[in-house]
Amino acid sequence: MTDIPIIEFEHFTFQYFSQAEPTLLDINLKIYPGEKVLIVGPSGSGKSTLGHCLNGLIPFYYKGNIQGSLKIKGQETQDLDIFRLSKIVGTVLQDSDGQFVGLTVGEDIAFAMENDCVASPVMHERVERVAKMVDMHQWQTSSPYELSGGQKQRTSLAGVLIDDVDILLFDEPLANLDPATGKTAIEIIDDIHQQMRKTILIIEHRLEDVLHRAVDRVIVINDGRIIADMNAHDLVCSDVLIKNGIREPLYVTALKYAGIPLTPEMKPGHIWSLDTTGVNERLRAWNRSVTPPEPKLDGSSILRVENLNFSYDGVRPTLKNLDFDIHAGEMLAVVGKNGAGKSTLAKLFCGFEKEDTGALYFRGNSLKGKSIKERAEVIGFVMQNPNQMISKNLIFDEVALGLRLRKVPEEQIRERVEKVLKVCGLLPFIEWPISALSYGQKKRVTIASILVLDPQVMILDEPTAGQDYSHYSEIMEFLRELNALGISIILITHDMHLMLEYTPRSIVLSGGEMVADTRASIVLTTADIIEKANLKETSLYRLAELAGIPDGTQFVQNFIDYERRTVS
Amino acid sequence: MKMKLFSYNYEDTFIHSLSGLTKLICFIMLTFAVMFSYDIRVILGVLLFSALILRASKIRWSQIKLMVIYVLIFLAVNAFITFLFSPEQGVQIYGTRHPLFKLFGPFIVTQEQLFYQTTKFFKYASVIPLGIIFLLTTNPSELASSLNRVGVHYKASYALSLTLRYFPDLQRVYHDISQAQQARGLEMGGKASLKDRFKNSLMVVIPLIFSTLDRIEVITNAMDLRGFGKGRKRTWFNSSRIKREDIIALLVSLGITAVTVLVSVFVNHGRFYNPFI
Repeated sequence: MTDIPIIEFEHFTFQYFSQAEPTLLDINLKIYPGEKVLIVGPSGSGKSTLGHCLNGLIPFYYKGNIQGSLKIKGQETQDLDIFRLSKIVGTVLQDSDGQFVGLTVGEDIAFAMENDCVASPVMHERVERVAKMVDMHQWQTSSPYELSGGQKQRTSLAGVLIDDVDILLFDEPLANLDPATGKTAIEIIDDIHQQMRKTILIIEHRLEDVLHRAVDRVIVINDGRIIADMNAHDLVCSDVLIKNGIREPLYVTALKYAGIPLTPEMKPGHIWSLDTTGVNERLRAWNRSVTPPEPKLDGSSILRVENLNFSYDGVRPTLKNLDFDIHAGEMLAVVGKNGAGKSTLAKLFCGFEKEDTGALYFRGNSLKGKSIKERAEVIGFVMQNPNQMISKNLIFDEVALGLRLRKVPEEQIRERVEKVLKVCGLLPFIEWPISALSYGQKKRVTIASILVLDPQVMILDEPTAGQDYSHYSEIMEFLRELNALGISIILITHDMHLMLEYTPRSIVLSGGEMVADTRASIVLTTADIIEKANLKETSLYRLAELAGIPDGTQFVQNFIDYERRTVS
Repeated sequence: MKMKLFSYNYEDTFIHSLSGLTKLICFIMLTFAVMFSYDIRVILGVLLFSALILRASKIRWSQIKLMVIYVLIFLAVNAFITFLFSPEQGVQIYGTRHPLFKLFGPFIVTQEQLFYQTTKFFKYASVIPLGIIFLLTTNPSELASSLNRVGVHYKASYALSLTLRYFPDLQRVYHDISQAQQARGLEMGGKASLKDRFKNSLMVVIPLIFSTLDRIEVITNAMDLRGFGKGRKRTWFNSSRIKREDIIALLVSLGITAVTVLVSVFVNHGRFYNPFI
């Protein structure tokens, strides 16, 4: 490692023209060649803006006012343009679909060379070589529709590596990946770092997942400032994470619940470096002290799925022989890898698709022959992306939409909308334009617009995808309140924290079949289920192993029970 | 079944192997031929030819069913309205009048009108297979590179290719949004009045536009970050040279177009074929 930084921020301040306050304030930061640095911070902290400054999207695409200096490889970035910067800094964006420019893998990898006017034979030879590096050479003629999220991301990585850049910048690489794919992504990034000695910057808020492999430093950003710049062990021992709305690793939370103070000597930055020799007995004692909660009695069946079979093309089955009950007042997770049939199941409930054989029942009455609109009176469906649901300017109109379409008298509409907005904490904004809201608030508006129809069951598709810790907590606590009001809630999700913290029961689908219907503690500790659903083993299980606790699954369950009792 | 109207699917056929530019030129020439001529013999000839090509390109009926149904409905409505507004058009064109039967009110069906409208129906109908073949067998990127080679600016050709490429995506998103809005009580078609239907379709189109704009921002950034637009030229990963097959296809299309024009000039002495005199 040399002493000359490859990236150097000096008193760097940036303010978007559209913003009243600077988004980055007096940033001083040096990154040296070959370092692997993780940049964490909550949404709106400025971490993405920092990334944009590095790859040139600021000021090339997003305009604003820059003060101070940012040098990359000794050159002031304001004297460079985005094209020259892109030869030094290669960026992999979070949206693996959106950044797939080419029609096939090969074409997408070649994109930067096409723009450099490289001759076609040279391109084919180099694409072949780089595709091999990320293990995508078998897929060169595949289109994005045939690829998994992880494969798309590897393609994007190859498209950046083809330029032989010095710095690789990953902007929230885990945001759209399931846990197993995210884990592989972190491993690939680490392998590239080991083999090619490139400087690597990872911008993420999912700290524990990135720390699956080693990093040299973690930089914490909040409110546009650098809060901390330290190694993972020191960071985890400090109170920086909690103070800045970043979720600490689960095993760290467990150690704290057990009353064990963390020290850098325990090397708690990564689960694989953690040394618990001195504290094992205390951990075991805590584990014994947790008592199970009173078992909650299941309510009557609100939705019944009976021998359900469905296929889109009449050849490949999408859902096979599903048979289970959902009880009134339940909050449950439907998990499984992409294409396992989770969303299809939701579509069948809502009547968007019709089952081939089998039946669905709502409180014992068959849903057969009921229209989309009729089903919507009892089963509400909230899409993942709120922008795909919002069609009005004002919050009131958006929430009132479903009632107006049902020709409810206007005075009743007013009353019902106000009631729902009050529940959703949006009443102060009733006359606001939706465009003035944050993403999390928009999400609430879409939930409110379904809630106003008074459904007894709500199905939410990936409600927490891409949300940072505080937005995640905000949305989930809100859903828990709705659940407490008696609404049954079905969550389609990949989020392991959500399963641990909010849904006592998980249904796991794989290839259209139900492979498990049980507690999260079992799902996240059973190797077979983890593999089938593209999840990963929770670090709590490894912690139990370290402490010599034989029943790791029970340890995880104790963690869940303890948390439910003390936190809520 | 998911609807995918305009999505390119690779198959190993003669038609797929042609360059995108060849297919574009052939499409334009043949369309010109059937639009120019009102000779039903020529039109049926082109229709038969394009049906054969459609078969040769291994396009499945399920891929095009929806599109064909829409177009046939459109053509039927068009034929009916044409008759209502100018029931004597055929008589004017062909200069004779052979009444067949009285339809209703003052509307009398004549042989001339029937012949004229049949010709017109097949004229439009023969464009459908041509369009379908072009859209479903052309690799958008390859078309972009061909267009660029004949002098269209690469930014314009790339824009076209991206549009073709994202069409299936847009349809899928439209479909998803429309279902979610139907669950909120939206009636799509059916009993609603024309004005309501327009208002209702906005409820799907507006979210579609906003979520598409988000997507455009991402793709623009991704392209900028990888140097799109830095030079006055670029090269293409997928480019095919003009092959012998392309020349053959071009010559066949040119031949058909030439025959159409020659038949009009020397046989019919005008664009209309008149069997009545």
